[in-house]
Amino acid sequence: MTDRLLITSSPHIRAPKTVRGIMLDVVIALVPACVAAVIFFGVKALMVLVASTVSAVVSEYLYEKAVKRPVTVGDFSAVVTGVLLGLTLPPGVPLYVPIVGSAFAIVIAKQIFGGLGTNFVNPALAGRAFVLAAWPLHVTSAWLNPLTMDAATGATPLHAFKGGQAVGSLTDLLIGNRLGSLGETSAVAILLGGIYLLVRGVIDYRIPVAYLGTLGLGVFVFGKPGALFQGDPLRGILLGGALLGAFFMATDYVTSPVTPKGRTYFGIGAGLITLLIRYWGDYPEGVTYAILLMNLATPLIDRFVVPKYYGYMHDVEARRRAREGGR
Amino acid sequence: MKFISIMLAGVLTSNFIFMQYLGLCAFVGISEQFETALGMSGAVLFVMTFACTVAAAFEQFILVPFGLQYLRTIAYILVIAAFVQLVEIFLKKTAPSLYKALGIYLPLITTNCAVLGAAMLNVKNDYGILWGTVNGLAGALGWSLAILIFAGIRERWKFMKIPEVLKGFPLALVSTGLMSLAFLGFSGLFKTILK
Repeated sequence: MTDRLLITSSPHIRAPKTVRGIMLDVVIALVPACVAAVIFFGVKALMVLVASTVSAVVSEYLYEKAVKRPVTVGDFSAVVTGVLLGLTLPPGVPLYVPIVGSAFAIVIAKQIFGGLGTNFVNPALAGRAFVLAAWPLHVTSAWLNPLTMDAATGATPLHAFKGGQAVGSLTDLLIGNRLGSLGETSAVAILLGGIYLLVRGVIDYRIPVAYLGTLGLGVFVFGKPGALFQGDPLRGILLGGALLGAFFMATDYVTSPVTPKGRTYFGIGAGLITLLIRYWGDYPEGVTYAILLMNLATPLIDRFVVPKYYGYMHDVEARRRAREGGR
Repeated sequence: MKFISIMLAGVLTSNFIFMQYLGLCAFVGISEQFETALGMSGAVLFVMTFACTVAAAFEQFILVPFGLQYLRTIAYILVIAAFVQLVEIFLKKTAPSLYKALGIYLPLITTNCAVLGAAMLNVKNDYGILWGTVNGLAGALGWSLAILIFAGIRERWKFMKIPEVLKGFPLALVSTGLMSLAFLGFSGLFKTILK
């Protein structure tokens, strides 16, 4: 590295947290979801996950070699991006989709801007939005029936749920015995990972709580076609990709606000946009776009939601005190 | 209902920047600082809204009665140029620093394809004067939203180590692409209700 002298602003407190340590925690937290995906969808799910992860790591390595920057594959951030992208895809997807998606996520959404920390959208979500635009049919219809692993026809549970039909027992939803993307099937596995991250202090509770709370409230109010205040908030949260998004994608350090208040607004905004797209938009699910759009708004949130420092006074009050103090 | 549907289309679902790729030169050129972007948004808001009104009136009372539709582009540019001149005079007097910061991009609003595009689309969609004005306002609000978001993002780049070769326009265009990927999510919003 050329930078021998590193100049940064205070504070200069050192914490034992490193990028590598945090990313390793995220990888560990993703293990239950991956295991659940492989149990329910078998080898195909494993292939998708491996393809996207390997593609992410290899693209990062090749790009950094090509532009002669230090190789940062060892910090596991590429692994996290790859696994997350794999989890957003359906199990029956052709393997070039995760491969191209991961390469796009790493190179275009992250490395072009200078690597980890400079990207303004979550790379995994950008990759998903890209493959969704490029191969909409592959990404929204290559479902497999869980356990039997044959190609499924018909609507996903989320689709049926939006139409007001019954969608199976809560136990099935929690364990993951249903159609869906790799990472949206087993709610228990995702929650396990999410709780691990919360306990380890890797993520802040505000974003997931605000996000899922807003979404649940919205589903309760608008979730039932033709009637207000009769929706089923629990199924509204468990179906679709909201859990995975709330715990693993919306909480990305680089692309979410830094202030506690800002994080709450971020979660509420993502919840509202998810609802908007899920119920009134063209796409079956809005989690990807909701978080991407809030990523875009993050710099503005950080700009306008500034915590009051100790001793802060409103302008008028400050001027009055100054006047009186000057007697 | 028509008001809501035109507003929604202009701001989100067919945003000039992200969905129609119009008005990109000023969008990329002026978005390095939030305050300047805000000033530019104000200028575009004024010019686009009123140029749409006057252009639609021009169309209805002069071009169509005399069969001069083939002069439309020139006539519209003239109208827009007049409004840009107004803004220029106003800014030069009241906010010289903003006037300086906007530089060449302020007179360039004249040939801003978003402004001309809005006026042309009004003719194509047969909006008339009232709805044409609404459409101009909606388009300008969408354009402003886009540039303000983008200015927020670009302000951060000042503190980051951006690869030297990609600084400026190349990276701005790549990011615009990523942003429009995110705005794809709004496509078809409220389609079933508004139709």
